[in-house]
Amino acid sequence: MKALLVGECKDGKFLESSYELFGFAAQLGAETAMVLVGPEGELPLYGGVVYLADTGKYGEYNPDLHKKLVLAAVAREKPDYVVFLHTSFGWDLAPRIGAALKVAQISEIVAVVEGGFELPACNAKMRRTVRPQGAIAVLTLQGGAFPVLKPGGSPQMHPLDAEGAAGVTFLGYEPAEEKGVDLAKAEVIVSAGRGIGKMDNVPVIAALAKAMGGELGASRPVVDGGWIAHGHQVGTTGQTVSPKLYIACGISGAIQHLAGMKKSGFIVAINKDKDAPIGEVADVLVVADVMQFVPAFTAKLAQ
Amino acid sequence: MKILVCIKQVPDMESRFKPDSAGVWFSETDLAFRMNEYDEYAVEQAVRLKEQLGGEPELTVLSIGPDRVVEAMKKALAMGCDRGVQVQDPAVQLKDPWQVASVIAEFAGREKFDLIFTGLQSQDRGSAQVGVNVAEILNYACTTTVVGFEYADGVVTVKRELEGGIKGVVQLRTPALVTCQLGLNVPRYPTLPNIMKAKKKEILVIPVAELLHQEPRAVTASFYPPAKKGGGIVLEGDVGAQVEQLLGILREKTTVLR
Repeated sequence: MKALLVGECKDGKFLESSYELFGFAAQLGAETAMVLVGPEGELPLYGGVVYLADTGKYGEYNPDLHKKLVLAAVAREKPDYVVFLHTSFGWDLAPRIGAALKVAQISEIVAVVEGGFELPACNAKMRRTVRPQGAIAVLTLQGGAFPVLKPGGSPQMHPLDAEGAAGVTFLGYEPAEEKGVDLAKAEVIVSAGRGIGKMDNVPVIAALAKAMGGELGASRPVVDGGWIAHGHQVGTTGQTVSPKLYIACGISGAIQHLAGMKKSGFIVAINKDKDAPIGEVADVLVVADVMQFVPAFTAKLAQ
Repeated sequence: MKILVCIKQVPDMESRFKPDSAGVWFSETDLAFRMNEYDEYAVEQAVRLKEQLGGEPELTVLSIGPDRVVEAMKKALAMGCDRGVQVQDPAVQLKDPWQVASVIAEFAGREKFDLIFTGLQSQDRGSAQVGVNVAEILNYACTTTVVGFEYADGVVTVKRELEGGIKGVVQLRTPALVTCQLGLNVPRYPTLPNIMKAKKKEILVIPVAELLHQEPRAVTASFYPPAKKGGGIVLEGDVGAQVEQLLGILREKTTVLR
């Protein structure tokens, strides 16, 4: 069995997360090769074959050109699996490769299980096992689901070329917004999620943060809704934090949020839904209405 | 100009999910359904574009599924879409993302839309494949994960949300398809007059068999709750007692309380 791993470069840098692809291939027991659009000075620590298209020529992510480059590597390598990470790069390109090869694409794999691949369903509250119908498949892996594995060595390089028109023009990157609060330094973070119900309830959560001597954090929906400023957002598109204590108030626990806080020292989740995925990472799950529990807890602390 | 927005009706994610009798998807018993959250942003952006262009574009909303999906379409019509298309399929959950995309593309190919909006992904299946595959079949320019959208003279300029809060700015020419990420805009609540008006809008019903000519490329073998990792303490019952218990645990296990 052979897996062609599609490594990721951004802004001319090889992304370390790409080593998770090797962790996955090791679990499958697959031989590997990698394809990469990146600069020559940024090769992975890997002794196998690397198909390299130069960033100088092909630039940052461009779906049409990158599709052709990956397909060129597929044609030479004839893999059983073409494997991406489930990122803004992977979920954009993987379906295009699947469509071009006329094979299954399976998204956001969290585990290799008997009979197929395990994927999250229903906002990560459930799981399902999916199997491709044919022998070949294009896969994306959930970030962090498989261990980082650095095979070591220096790659055997094969230059890769592609020609053709591009339907999408890359104009540039826009940097992340200024951080309003540096949550990385906080010992305690009390975060509000959609479960607090409405914007008017934010002060109740802020009061607990203050009583604990901590900072106010937020999940994506309350930031998108304009209840709390983006500078407070915890998660893959906000800040990654690891305070001594993280209290999640009314946060269901989308994977993007969990990725940003699961390394916290101690995690308390307050949620009326006992099955919410936040329960998977919580040291303590308080099954309660946030707006009843939090004021009572804050009052008790003040005593 | 012709615009299509594709929506899915999904269960409320606060629900408790149980496998259906076949064990391959959820049982619909006791579930309340609503419009997929990502698709609300897609509908809003499509309506805003129609407004920007003085109401000229014809805006079609499409959904695939059993008759209950009409409820989600009515919301989209009340938000400002002009007409609905229900691809009637009582067993849409058994189609894989490729088949779903092929059905949409089969319809959209006949209608020659200039611009197609979809959500980035559905909340229940989350494959993030359907929009991209529709574009691949139609040979449309396509970009995903859009959190900023501008349109002028056949050119779409969008911001893509990348990891770590960085955004990529990309441009594409129509015909094009974009998939919408949460936070792209603030979806409107339909007003009562618009809800009344929506009731008179046309909804065309097309049986899925007319549009489906593809075999599945992947199948769901089973659907089940995640394995409990265990170890976590669960506090239930009276709030007063929960407060005392949590305080005790924090004093014992952490150093943040004096």
